[in-house]
Formats: sequence, structure tokens, C-alpha cells
Amino acid sequence: MVMTGPVPAAMAAHALARFGFGAGPGDLARISNDPKGWVTAQLEGSPPGPPPQFADHPGSAPRLLEVLAVRKLGQTDEAMARRKALQEAYRSDIVTRTRIAAGSDRPLIERLVQFWSNHFTVSTQRGEVAPLAVAFENEAIRPHVLGRFEDMARAAILHPAMLVYLDNAQSIGPDSKAGQKRKRGLNENLGREALELHTLGLHGGYDQDDVRALALILTGWTIDRQDGDGTAFFNPNTHEPGPKTLLGRTFQAEGAAEAPAAITMMANHKGTARHLAVKLARHFIADDPPASAINALERKFRDTGGDLGAVTATLVRLDAAWADPLAKLRSPNDFLTATLRATQLPADDKQLANALNLLGQMPFAAPSPAGWPDRAADWAGPDAVVRRVDWSLALGQKAGGKLDARVVLADTLGDLADAELVQMVARAPSPAEALALALSSPAFQRR
Amino acid sequence: MHRRHFLGAGLAAGLLAASPLKVAFADAATDKRLVLIVLRGAMDGLGAIAPYADPEYRPIRGELALAEPGQPDGLLDLDGRFGLHPSLAPIHGWWAERQLLAVHAIATPYRERSHFDAQDLLESGGAKPAGQDTGWLNRALAQLHGHGSGLGLALGQGVPLVMRGAVPVASWAPSPLPEPTTDFLNRVMDLYQKDKVLGPALSAGLGIADMAQNASSSGMMEPGQPRPKDRQLMATTAGRMLADPAGPRVAVMDMQGWDTHVGQGSIKGRLPNALADLAEVMGRLREGLGDAWGQSVIAVVTEFGRTVRPNGTGGTDHGTAGVALLAGGAIEGGRMLGQWPGLREDKLYEGRDLAPTTDMRALLKAVLKDHLGVSGRALDAHVFPDGKNVRPMADLIRA
Repeated sequence: MVMTGPVPAAMAAHALARFGFGAGPGDLARISNDPKGWVTAQLEGSPPGPPPQFADHPGSAPRLLEVLAVRKLGQTDEAMARRKALQEAYRSDIVTRTRIAAGSDRPLIERLVQFWSNHFTVSTQRGEVAPLAVAFENEAIRPHVLGRFEDMARAAILHPAMLVYLDNAQSIGPDSKAGQKRKRGLNENLGREALELHTLGLHGGYDQDDVRALALILTGWTIDRQDGDGTAFFNPNTHEPGPKTLLGRTFQAEGAAEAPAAITMMANHKGTARHLAVKLARHFIADDPPASAINALERKFRDTGGDLGAVTATLVRLDAAWADPLAKLRSPNDFLTATLRATQLPADDKQLANALNLLGQMPFAAPSPAGWPDRAADWAGPDAVVRRVDWSLALGQKAGGKLDARVVLADTLGDLADAELVQMVARAPSPAEALALALSSPAFQRR
Repeated sequence: MHRRHFLGAGLAAGLLAASPLKVAFADAATDKRLVLIVLRGAMDGLGAIAPYADPEYRPIRGELALAEPGQPDGLLDLDGRFGLHPSLAPIHGWWAERQLLAVHAIATPYRERSHFDAQDLLESGGAKPAGQDTGWLNRALAQLHGHGSGLGLALGQGVPLVMRGAVPVASWAPSPLPEPTTDFLNRVMDLYQKDKVLGPALSAGLGIADMAQNASSSGMMEPGQPRPKDRQLMATTAGRMLADPAGPRVAVMDMQGWDTHVGQGSIKGRLPNALADLAEVMGRLREGLGDAWGQSVIAVVTEFGRTVRPNGTGGTDHGTAGVALLAGGAIEGGRMLGQWPGLREDKLYEGRDLAPTTDMRALLKAVLKDHLGVSGRALDAHVFPDGKNVRPMADLIRA
């Protein structure tokens, strides 16, 4: 790699790759007058609403009710059929999500949605989560990507999908009414991950006592498995009574008010500002981002009380975002989305879901609550790289002669494609191999 | 045409010579094999290997306690004090063959309870989670013949931290994608020639893919049999690749699903399912290794143990000490090792966890030193530089 910044002519392709999913036909010409303006304009105007493609989505509550109803049916034929329908619903959700990202005219918003939903990971490793996952993103993440972090944190941590995924739905205060009656009790899982992953971060200034205190504060926040409405609710009978001390602040016995207040405090903790600044800079700038970039984001987060619109505006104006070359390896999900945008190839739901799976990044299937990793070393395993190449060729073969890879290359990478690449694509022995070379190329693999 | 031919064809030879990478898998000096299985999420050590003779075991484990050996759904006895979870029955016979041993109350130097920090430290081999970007297994490979070139294999698409570092390693997972032509791969290789990330990864991946193809086609799939699950296929194929005289020698494999906060279960539940899966993988590795089993060690480790008492939701929360397993024809097995700290309230770490009495690095160092032949000096200087005062365990490996 030649480590110099993009030439001015490559600025449009650079902007689309760094802050979107790369260019599709016409994108480069459309924004080439003012690539930076194209990026910043996406942060202005109305906050991102629900995508029209999800207009008919039932949302998390009906999905959760169905999950619970199916559970009660046991192993009957009807249960199997309805369970399968729920799996289909998940698959349809993630495919639609991928298409929305690929086709968006505000791709930065989709990048932010995916970044933050990965930050607040819910994973299909817990089977009940799958039918709720995209609804979780639409309800708890999307509305807040340009809003306040504390609002997103409260919505995400207290969302039914999260309460189920990290076991809080079953956690019971040992001294609560229910805890005294039954032999059930506390589960620390959400309390720990909310501190470690969602807010302060490792070494952000909390200890085991804080983990337990937050777990106690969170008791009561659950779902009703018997006759609820599918939303999260606060059950005073399972909430731990008495005061709890979290991060030096004592929460008097305030019942349902404790958890939102605690999350608000955590969201505005100085450790959180640092933790999020590092993650944002790593995601959008470089695996090892410059300290100046991290510091600028951290300062803006603190100065604005966690205003993510303002923090993102700072991010897209960072010198490093424009002067430094595209050095991030695309994740499999970004690679697939960029391929869809670049080629505009039609793919049916099954093909898309299979591709996500084959490339190793089924949405909402992260192996742990830490979410998908975000460095090249995590995605550049030898087998993973071979797979991208194999898959690119298989796609080229499917696309047959429908696409001229030289045009795709010019439309997508523009001046980011060097003369050698242009020549290799032009000289490829078949249209299939030409397209596969363009998609496999180091330039297309970067963002 | 097999991909190995692509690598051997000389077309790529100039390319490979230009990089520090070599992917020829021949010529390994050692005939020893090592498979490291990393159980991510923290396996409950007391669930896997239960101290049934400890008087505190039954009262403190409550709903998670298992019946004594000989009773219905009972533990499988190991040494009159400890019993194996019945889901590990497929490897119970290895104990009598002296090809399985366990170290209880073992832990890394990490004393907090974050999965992510703990895994970082388990894999980097450091004393503090400090974001090191190389793993102890890769640093150990560098000490082997040919500086470890061609010896390392990660099972899965990616390479976990423990296997990352200066020594190029391969990774492999079963894939249904068709194999491109040699000509096409050479073109891609040309494109990747100057790319420090993609170039080495592609050549390592192509070399191993060919070997895997040979390994998985050698009589494994009986006609009419259902296709084995990917992980099982991966384990058998990995065993065969390791058994290949020209194959890799050291492999790492991840298994997920051990973070049993809820529904852990005693006889049925998440932990029994995960343990059954582990036993299946170990059995398939042995099957794949075939005659090489006698020169093999499988080491099973996890980032920490779990709370001694059940939590409030039929599971266990993050703890401290746990259990590690060694298996293989090369070990001196049939023994429970490590000092048992007991389960009395005052013996627990911070009143909740099994207290650590063995440093994980003592086990790992012993395997590297006595099995793979890494010198004590190299272990201290390069592999575990933060663990110089941790003495390797003695007599784990058959003389």
C-alpha cells in the first residue's frame, strides 16, 4: 500500500468508502463537486426515521409474543412450523437491512446504525433474540444515532431483546418479594456488560461491587412470559429493595426510576466518553487511530453531553478522515453491502443470507456481547481471505456477461483504482474473472 | 487442479520468496502434534469435573450438583475424589488408557471477571491485559524448526489472538464454494503482491485449502451418510491434516457457548450440551490423527471458571479458577493434578469463586517445553516473558 492520502480526483470515492458502503453507478459523478459536503449534509435535516422498507414490520412486541407462544407449544408440528416462520422472519429482516444499507442515499446513517447496534450487541447465539434483532435496531438504535447517547443507552439496555439476551429478564433481587419466596436470585450478566461494553469500558473505573450494584438496580426489568404485551416492563416484586451504591453515587430505593437514572449517569461518565471515542475512531479512521482523532471525539462527547450528532459531525471533519488513506479492511458485511451497491446485481433473499453466512458475518450473530471485532487482523484470516476471492468468482460466474467489470471498476473505485488494477481487469480472460478481480482487489477490500 | 500445484508451480515462487512467508508444509522437524482448544465464555470447571468427595460439594452446588458415580445420571469416576460430567462419557475411557488428565483450580494471572480481558490475557500470555497483538502460541512456533513456518493452523475462517504474530499461519474451515482455477488465483496473487495483509493471508489460505481437500476426501464421507456438522467435519479434517507428514503440527480451535448464566443444567442444559460437543470434537480429532495420536497432545483451556454457587437463574456467573484438560497419546494421563483448595466458604476466592492454585502458564509452558521441545530459555525470553518465575509443571508428557 502506498501510504499517501487520496488525490483530489479520488476524494469522492474516498468519501463514499470511508463514510458509506462505497460507490454505486452514478455516485462518484453526483458528489464529485463537494465530497465533504455530501458527507456532512447527511447529518443535517430530520433525524433518521424508520426505513420505508420496514413499514410493515410488526416490531419487537408481536415478535416476542410469538416467540413466547411458540415456546409454550413444546415440540408439536404447529410449534415447528411457527418456529420456522420466526427463523424466516429473521432472515427476511437481515436481508432487508442489507438492501437498505446498500441502496441508501444517506449511507453514513446506515453505517452509524450498524456501528451502534454492534456496540449494543444482541446476538442470535441466544435463539430467542433472532426474531427481535432488527426490531431492536429499529426501535432502540436507529432513532438515536444523531441524538443523545444516554437516550440510546437507556433504550438499548432496557429493550426486551437485551433483557433476554443478557439474562436480566430472569434476574431477581435476592431480598425482593419474589426472591424471598422463590429460590431464584440475581444474575450479573447485564450489569457487568452494561458497564464493561456499553458505557465505561474496561478499565473505565468500576469494580466488582459496581457490577453487583448495577445488577441489583436492574432487577425488576423483565418481560412478562405469561400474559404481557411483549414490551419490557418493571416488576416491583422482583426488584431488590433498599439503597444501592454505584460508582460512588447512592441510589435510594426508587424502584423503576433507578435503572434509567443509573444508565444516564453511566452514559455521561468520563470513562464512557473515552471508550466511545476510541471505538468510533477505530471504526471510521484506522485500526490504530491517531490520538488527536480520539481526543477530539472525546472532547466533543463531553462538551455536548453525549450529543452523537455533534460527535459524528466532528468525526467527519477530522483531518485524519480525509488525509489518511483508506486502511481499514472491510468487514464481510461491508464487503457484501459494497458489492451489492457497486454491481446492483439482483440477489434473492436466500442468496443474500447465504452470502452473509459464508463470508462469516451473519448480522446479529456476533460470538459474544462484545459484538463483531473491528481490526484487519480479525477479518484477514487466510481462510477468510480465500473465501472472499472464491465468493467473488462465484458471483462473477453468476453475473455472467451482464456486467462490464471495467465500468463497475470505474464507477466504484474511480481514481482509487491504480493503472495496474485497471489493466488487469481489462485483460481478464472472462467477464466473470474480470468482475471477481475488481471485487477482490485490495482497493475494493478497503474502506 | 489442486491449489498446492498453484503454489508449487513456480509462478508464485518469486512472489513468495519476496515475502518472509513460506507455505510449504513439508519438512517439519518435529513429529509432535498439539491442538489447543479454547473454550470461549468460561467453562464451569466444577460442572465439567466435579469434586464429589468434597463434603461441601453437594450443599454449595445445590441444584447443579451431580449424583455420585454409579447412581443414575451419576458422575463418571476419575480417582475416587473427582468425577467427569456424564456428557464427557466418550472420553472417559481415555482416563484408563492414561491419555487424559485434568488440572483443577487453574487460572491465568487475571483476577477480574471480564471475558474479554481474560481471553486477551489467556491468549497473549502476558500478566496484564495490555492489548498485545501477538499470542504465546505463535511466539512458540517461532522457536520450532524453520522458525515455525508452515506449522501453525487456525481452525475457522480467522486466526485467534493466541495464534497471531510474526510466524505466518494458515486458517481453514469447511466451505461449499467452488475452487477457482490456478490461472485466476495467480492473477489475484499478482494483485495482492504488495498488500501486506491480503497477500500473506491468501497464500497461506490456498496452501492449506488444498491439504484440507485431500484430508477430507480420503474416505471420510460414506455414501448415504448425513453431512456432519461443520465443526465435526472440521475436527476430523484437522486431525488428518495434522497427521499428514507434510502437514501443520500445531492447531488452535475455538468453541463457543460456555457462558452459562442461565439454564446451565446439571444433566440437561447448556453446559451438558456444550460438553457433549467438546467430547465429540476431541473424539474426532483423535480419529483424524490416527497413528499420529501417539505423538499428540490436545490441550483444553478456558478464560476463567465460574462462581461456585449457582446464581439466581439456574446458572453461574463469572468466577476465577477452573479446570484445564490435557489429552493425547503423548501425555502421562489418568491423573488429577493441581492442589485442591476446597469449597469451604473461607477457602473461596472473594467468598464466591474456586481459589486458584495453579498458574495456567505452568501447564502451557510444560506442554511447549516437554512436548514441542521449546527451550526453557526461549519460553522465558519470548513466549511468556512476564512469567519467568512460573515453573513449568513436571512429568505431564510421556518420556
